Amino acid sequence: MEKPFLEHHLNINRRHFLGKLGLGVGGVALGSMLAPGIFKGTTDEAESVPLGFKHFASKAKRIIYLFQNGAPSQLESFDYKPTLNKMFGEDLPASVRGEQRLTGMTANQSKFPLVGSKFAFSQYGQSGTWVSELFPNIAKITDDICVIKTMHTEAINHDPALTFMQTGAQVGNRPSMGAWLSYGLGSENKNLPAFCVLLSRGRGNGQGVYSKLWTNGFLDSIHQGVQFSSGEDPILYLNNPEGMDMGSRKKMLDQLEALNEMGYQEFGDPEIHAKIQQYEMAYRMQTAVPEITDISKEPDHIIKMYGPDCLVPGTYAANCLLARKLSESGVRFIQLYHQGWDQHGNLVGEMPLQAQDVDRASAALVTDLKQRGLLDETLVIWGGEFGRTNYCQGKLSDGNYGRDHHPRCYSLWMAGGGVKAGISYGETDEFGYNIIKDPVHVHDLHATILHLMGLNHEQLTFKHLGRRFRLTDVHGKLVNGILA
Amino acid sequence: MLIKVVGVLKILQKLGMNINWEMIKLTQGLWPRRRGIEPIRRLCIQLKSISERYLYLCMVMVLVIPVGMTGCQSSEGTAKIPDKVDFNFHIRPILSDRCFTCHGPDASQRKEDLRLDTREGALAALKDYEDRYAIVPHNPEASEVFLRVTSEDTSLVMPPVSSNMKLSEYEIKLIKKWIEQGAEFKPHWSLVPPQMPTIPTVDEASWITNEIDYFTLKKMEEVGLSPNPKADKVHLLKRVSFDLLGLPPTLEIQQKFLSDDSPEAYEKLIDELLTSQHYGEKMAIHWLDVARYADSHGYQDDGLRTMWPWRDWVIHAFNQNYPYDQFLTWQLAGDLIPDKTRETILATGFNRNHKITQEGGVIDEEYRIEYVTDRTNTFGKAFLGLTFECAKCHDHKYDPISQRDYYSTFAFFNHVPEKGIVGTIDASFADPPNMEITDEDLEKVLSFVNKKDTATLEVMVMKDSMGLRDTHILTRGNYDAKGEKVAFATPEAILEYDTTRFEKNRLGLAKWLISRDNPLTSRVLVNRIWQEIFGRGIVKTSGDFGMQGELPTHPELLDWLALDFMNNGWDMKRLVKLIVMSSTYTQSSKLDKKAIEKDPENLYLARSNRIRLGAEMVRDHVLASSGLLNPEIGGPSVKPYQPEGVWESSTSGRGLLQTYIQDHGGDLYRRGMYTFIKRTVPPPVMLMYDASNRDQCEVRRLNTNTPLQALVMLNDPTVLEASRVLSEKLITEHIPIEEKIEKAFQLILCRASVEEEKTLLINYYNEELQRFSQHPQEANKFITIGEFPAKETEDKIQVAALMQVIHTVYNMEEAITKS
Repeated sequence: MEKPFLEHHLNINRRHFLGKLGLGVGGVALGSMLAPGIFKGTTDEAESVPLGFKHFASKAKRIIYLFQNGAPSQLESFDYKPTLNKMFGEDLPASVRGEQRLTGMTANQSKFPLVGSKFAFSQYGQSGTWVSELFPNIAKITDDICVIKTMHTEAINHDPALTFMQTGAQVGNRPSMGAWLSYGLGSENKNLPAFCVLLSRGRGNGQGVYSKLWTNGFLDSIHQGVQFSSGEDPILYLNNPEGMDMGSRKKMLDQLEALNEMGYQEFGDPEIHAKIQQYEMAYRMQTAVPEITDISKEPDHIIKMYGPDCLVPGTYAANCLLARKLSESGVRFIQLYHQGWDQHGNLVGEMPLQAQDVDRASAALVTDLKQRGLLDETLVIWGGEFGRTNYCQGKLSDGNYGRDHHPRCYSLWMAGGGVKAGISYGETDEFGYNIIKDPVHVHDLHATILHLMGLNHEQLTFKHLGRRFRLTDVHGKLVNGILA
Repeated sequence: MLIKVVGVLKILQKLGMNINWEMIKLTQGLWPRRRGIEPIRRLCIQLKSISERYLYLCMVMVLVIPVGMTGCQSSEGTAKIPDKVDFNFHIRPILSDRCFTCHGPDASQRKEDLRLDTREGALAALKDYEDRYAIVPHNPEASEVFLRVTSEDTSLVMPPVSSNMKLSEYEIKLIKKWIEQGAEFKPHWSLVPPQMPTIPTVDEASWITNEIDYFTLKKMEEVGLSPNPKADKVHLLKRVSFDLLGLPPTLEIQQKFLSDDSPEAYEKLIDELLTSQHYGEKMAIHWLDVARYADSHGYQDDGLRTMWPWRDWVIHAFNQNYPYDQFLTWQLAGDLIPDKTRETILATGFNRNHKITQEGGVIDEEYRIEYVTDRTNTFGKAFLGLTFECAKCHDHKYDPISQRDYYSTFAFFNHVPEKGIVGTIDASFADPPNMEITDEDLEKVLSFVNKKDTATLEVMVMKDSMGLRDTHILTRGNYDAKGEKVAFATPEAILEYDTTRFEKNRLGLAKWLISRDNPLTSRVLVNRIWQEIFGRGIVKTSGDFGMQGELPTHPELLDWLALDFMNNGWDMKRLVKLIVMSSTYTQSSKLDKKAIEKDPENLYLARSNRIRLGAEMVRDHVLASSGLLNPEIGGPSVKPYQPEGVWESSTSGRGLLQTYIQDHGGDLYRRGMYTFIKRTVPPPVMLMYDASNRDQCEVRRLNTNTPLQALVMLNDPTVLEASRVLSEKLITEHIPIEEKIEKAFQLILCRASVEEEKTLLINYYNEELQRFSQHPQEANKFITIGEFPAKETEDKIQVAALMQVIHTVYNMEEAITKS
């Protein structure tokens, strides 16, 4: 695998420097030169060296991506289609369906009975954004968010669609968005990883997630997403074993450093100093991470805002609160996944439960960032991997229905980070099946997200096996209409 | 200095000055000096206001120029234009990287009908100007290529401004001289069959052990380097033990080798290591990456599969030292060879290791095509070192692989009687076609399969249907967009697929691959074996021998090795021995400042590389040195300690693999290569240490150094348990504490400690002894880590203190480094 142009030259430069400086520099300063771009500090301006540069000035510095895994229905959330209620049970006109390929789950259905939302819609805020009754809290922040109703994708199954949303390709071992941003911009905090991943599970029909979604792909593994867990160790292997407190650990690391320094005297290999530095960072993480993940010190009004679930580790609400704290501490990209949005059947039963789990905390996160003055520099994204069909999967009954996967349109919202607030972008037809105005392809979304972070999606490249790879492959158009 | 410059720039950027990426690169001294003042001027005029320009220029004057003087030493920057410009080594890399996207092999993307990848195309009259030519040999000023790359006019300059690419002054000079010298085109180096080079003559002939050394020493002498002294026996022993077995040398072997002063001692050692059954395991680890082997199906719900008998075969094959041509033929076509056996059929599992979906609702044909695609891509990368996958949707942009070639190769793998989806989760552990491994097999031909229970065991294998499917070009790679029908063939630029020599099936394909005139197969393999030993291939991009790949650092050596390998019956053990016996390999890895300065990446091999052990070997070393290792070979993959919730937090809640059910007893101490790989959630420690996630064929791992790796060594119960067990064992031995510490040190670092280290460790031991004496309950907690039964001992305080010292030694940089 190729080291990219920059890192390659940096490497030469670094080693050359060591030669020129006679290797007399102390461990810390040396380490930061050896391993630039890894866990860089917020406090010391000088330490955030090479990778942390934007292509151009921009507002957003960090991203919190609230991934709704399984694909929530746009028709019960943000894309209001009363026609479907009027045409209840009627067959989807062939002219509307066109050439759309169907999943194996509904391909053999003889009829495609249209079904409208069981849940009422109203307009909210000055923007008059349509939101269903399932999301009363998100309804209150409509003037802070931008709803894109015209997302569309190519995949019709979860695995490829999810992989596409996260890595820009349906198959293949490409780096995920968070890894690209870590690579492009580095970290703002030297004690925390640049890319953190938080998982939670809802009560609806679920689809798994997989570590490929936060992979570094062909990028250096420092860009790999670090999964946080709600268990005893917030990060794998963070806690010292029993019988070893931080004092004894520090002492051990001092011995270790002395031993490694002896090794350096023997071999003269700069990698040994890099190793010393990684141990120091590990030690700092051991202090910093538990502080961050401890939400017991959050004031009552914050707890109230996110809801009581936020005190239960591993819930979506707790992860939202944790995401705010991580983001506040300078973590570049925080990826949440909430499972359970795959309502092929019993949508009427499951979707309210799913919405209940995420509505309050999602809205609280935006409000919380706003009240801290951080929303401008933090981009919040909420959405799934594709949409759901306007017709019922399986048998349509009066009281209940299910919806199959639909790639041609779905809704997603963003807030902060240089996105226009209080708008709905794009339009779908009255059936909620096709886009009639302003489509936003997944590649376009990626291009726009990178742009909001100050990166040109055509210039953020990495040469691997002979090709300059991009998050947006060879596609992607900036969605100018949503830029503030 | 550097840091200050960047700091200042960041502040200026915050103040709203339009500092861009290029300026920063320049200011960091990353800008190749060969570009001179031009980039500064060009960047400067991008700044709108005069005051900004002034400010920027001042900064450049004050900060950049001094940095530049100490900064980047680009090899190009100081390089002279060679007397004879070589197309393959100097010109094609430029044309390929900067021009071929629009003027290369891909006809659909070609602009202005101009192609520069063939001499014919480059010398033809331009489409719209009959009297003008892209290249006029001997006359750069009449050559449009030269005029365009040097044009000042942004609407004419090539590559276009919008591509973000440009040519350096050095590259332009090269092109100019190449045209002046007649613009000779040559086929891409890797597509020309290797020619036996003459062994070079060298000055320091006394350094030479075998042929390899002539080539490396010649290069060193050319660039003014001389080889490092020979490595100490201790370091060499550890290095070669890990390279051949993936395990540290036992104390007995250390003793034996170090006390043997005969000149043959090293060769005897190598021969002994090569007969160890662990050799097959070590060699297999890389092959499992190539073959994307895993224990689960890989998509979404990610159910169990039983491919491990195939993995056992790989280990067996390396241990039996099957010649590479046979090893490869069996895996590609073991079901088609005339003298096929149950074993040769099992070997074909190679092509069934790809991921298989179990997601309800997928379109069957879409995924069936996906599997055939995976096989085709793997074939290209694993055996030919080419990026075939680039030609799936369109003609390859750089290499002579058309989309037609792609689907003609695809045709070989398109006749398996298989389905895109057999069923949802747990429907099958081995989708058809498969073979059952019977008791009779286990007694006879498949005795190397380590089956442990009486349950039915099935493995996926290859088979061709009776009635062949037609294979079509798939427009833009879409499974349902069938284009023209294609026949069995391979890219002609590599070697013509002559159907009078090669059957129209996978067996023919295997014969094509191992044919003497195939320019790639042998080179690609010897390069990867070299890579696994030296940490870097002679061609660094071991998965890309195409135009965009890196050029070999020692092309003649690569050819010599490739031909020697074929001439000696594709004998892998012989090749490995040849490499590790060479003086090139046995050099010391000590670095001095000058060496770093002259050859930071060690391209010229004037020293040995210090390399961190691979993911599996980190584990193996910890287990072996502590005495915990269970040396059993093969069998179903095992589930050692793993932090709670790793599988559970990401599962869909379906199937046998939703919860991680940890194994106990001996299964906790198996080698890293036997750790169960659930593809959607591979073992986290392995990923942290850069192991492949087995999603697709990988031929080269990264080697990184991160804080998460430090956390693993500090807190993983595997390492702590190993420290405890070794401590308990030593505490019960009747030797003084100094000797106990020394013994542990020798086991872990594979060398004796020096005085300074001894003093430090004994002092540390005494301090820890004191701490644990004051807090005995801490000691009690500390020594309970891991399931391995504790030894009855009186003195838990001592065990804890020694355990702490041993754990510290495990964390030393050198412990998990080959040096």
